[in-house]
Amino acid sequence: MHTRQLSPSRRFYDIAVRALLYVSSAVTVLLLVCIIGYICYRGIPGINWEFLTTEESLLRGTMGILPAIVHTLYVILFSIIIALPLGVGAAIYLTEYAHNRRLVTAIEYATETLAGIPSIIYALVGAIIFSEALKLGTTLIAGSLTLVIMTLPTIIRTTQESLKTVPQSYREGSLGLGSGKWRMIRTVVLPSSVDGIVTGCILAIGRVVGESAVLMYTAGLSTMMQDFSSIQNFMDASGATLTVALYIYAKERADFAVAFSIATILLVLTVVINLAAGYAGKKLKR
Amino acid sequence: MQMKDAMNLTAAGAGGRTAGKAQVVGKDTGRKNGRKAAEHIMQVVFLICGLIAVGFVLLISVYLIISGIPAIREVGLVNFLFGDTWDSYNKTDPQFGILPMILTSVYGTAGAIVIGVPIGFFTAVFLSKVAPPKLAAVVRPAVSLLAGIPSVVYGLVGMIVLVPWIRTTFNLPAGDSLFAAIIVLAVMILPSIISVSETALQAVPQEYEEASLALGATELETYFRVSVPAAKSGIAAAVVLGIGRAIGEAMAILMVAGNVANMPSLFSSVRFLTTGIAIEMNYASPGSLQRNALYSIGLVLFLFIMLINVLLNVVLKREKED
Repeated sequence: MHTRQLSPSRRFYDIAVRALLYVSSAVTVLLLVCIIGYICYRGIPGINWEFLTTEESLLRGTMGILPAIVHTLYVILFSIIIALPLGVGAAIYLTEYAHNRRLVTAIEYATETLAGIPSIIYALVGAIIFSEALKLGTTLIAGSLTLVIMTLPTIIRTTQESLKTVPQSYREGSLGLGSGKWRMIRTVVLPSSVDGIVTGCILAIGRVVGESAVLMYTAGLSTMMQDFSSIQNFMDASGATLTVALYIYAKERADFAVAFSIATILLVLTVVINLAAGYAGKKLKR
Repeated sequence: MQMKDAMNLTAAGAGGRTAGKAQVVGKDTGRKNGRKAAEHIMQVVFLICGLIAVGFVLLISVYLIISGIPAIREVGLVNFLFGDTWDSYNKTDPQFGILPMILTSVYGTAGAIVIGVPIGFFTAVFLSKVAPPKLAAVVRPAVSLLAGIPSVVYGLVGMIVLVPWIRTTFNLPAGDSLFAAIIVLAVMILPSIISVSETALQAVPQEYEEASLALGATELETYFRVSVPAAKSGIAAAVVLGIGRAIGEAMAILMVAGNVANMPSLFSSVRFLTTGIAIEMNYASPGSLQRNALYSIGLVLFLFIMLINVLLNVVLKREKED
């Protein structure tokens, strides 16, 4: 209704800019739709029960990615178990204990720096520190430890956000009743920020699932089932996770059907992780 | 900050009082001392957790510098940075010049920014100002899904769809090229540009827009002449973040760029700093000059990233001052 009274040049501006806005947004959404559609179209036919629950067998000529799934779970569990306490601890220190402004700035700056370092650098550093200096070799353990450093910023930041939302009166109430600081954190602060910690955890899992460069150079390339029967074998196991397996099948074995099936599974995981993080985040806001 | 100080004072006071009482009631002393010890131990534990992030950054910097220096010293800094040939497998006369990779990374990132920033910026304005709530509720999850897709998946789609398309459309012998990498990178930086600029645009005080509307500007004139200038440092931060993402991406472009260390041109096979490391990592034996040269590339890339981080902090600081 306003547009009609405008001068021609302003009306033109209005129409042109509006078109640009709609076209750009449409491009963004179409990109996503096309990528997802194409991957599902190429990938879904190859997915069946056998594909998910067996390993590749040249003798029988069957294809399966169970090893990649197991390796992915291994890396997720191992890295989160270590990164979660460290990250939550760091966030607690930053919000509950730290008085020294400089130290807080230093820690926050370090966290940002870690978040900005590209994964290929982590791959290099992981190979130098964990595989070579600590003599862990190219193993799932070395990969998981490298991922601990990578996921730390995500966990620290989300936990810190949720600790900040715990009302100050809760803390004062607890301290006023005579509890010490650690007791206050354990019984009052942590329980009320559990949603934020869960969100951080989910986001960190998302990063681990999507990571490929680090694991390619620190965790190994085998797409065969590893021997997890003893602790020693468990420590020495090395293998490809889903993303690395995708790369190997696509780039080195030119087996695109399998690559697209793995891509489909990764997409499903991404959607699930996004929904879970969104759900936990919404609970956090409430 | 004041609140926190006040709290600490209360905490100290409470601690002092319990200590005093403990002296009177001798029986409870042991338990209370134990509790106090636990408090101290936990404080130290949390301090260590906090310092670990700093420790990791130092560890990474120190290891990269220590591992990166030897090859640079052996090849010579000028030859390494400005040499235009990379021929690491040559047994008799290996060449370690990374200028082609530096230029490819710079051009590739610039290309991705040129394509990705306008699309991302307009989408962000659409999402934060123009879109009806229901439509925004569909587009926003789409953007975050785009952010979550693993980079190898982008690489796979680029390799199977984009690369053959480039080959046939531009009538080339092979489609693996800088152009393919630029497009894949542009798609990959889109989500971070959109979400950061959207947050900045949403933080613009509504009064600004209301004032502009009341003076007779149309909605769109208001958004672009009032809201966008008000959010300009946030949008600048989004661009810098996009640059960081693009320059650091490895796996996706490893699959579409061809990976030959040519001087960059739009339709030739190229090698980025990141892919230069990635393509030879598994073949270079530890201790060899080739491997050390890869660490040196890592060091150069790390310096680029640190530079971008500093830039980002400057931009964000300016935003806070605004």
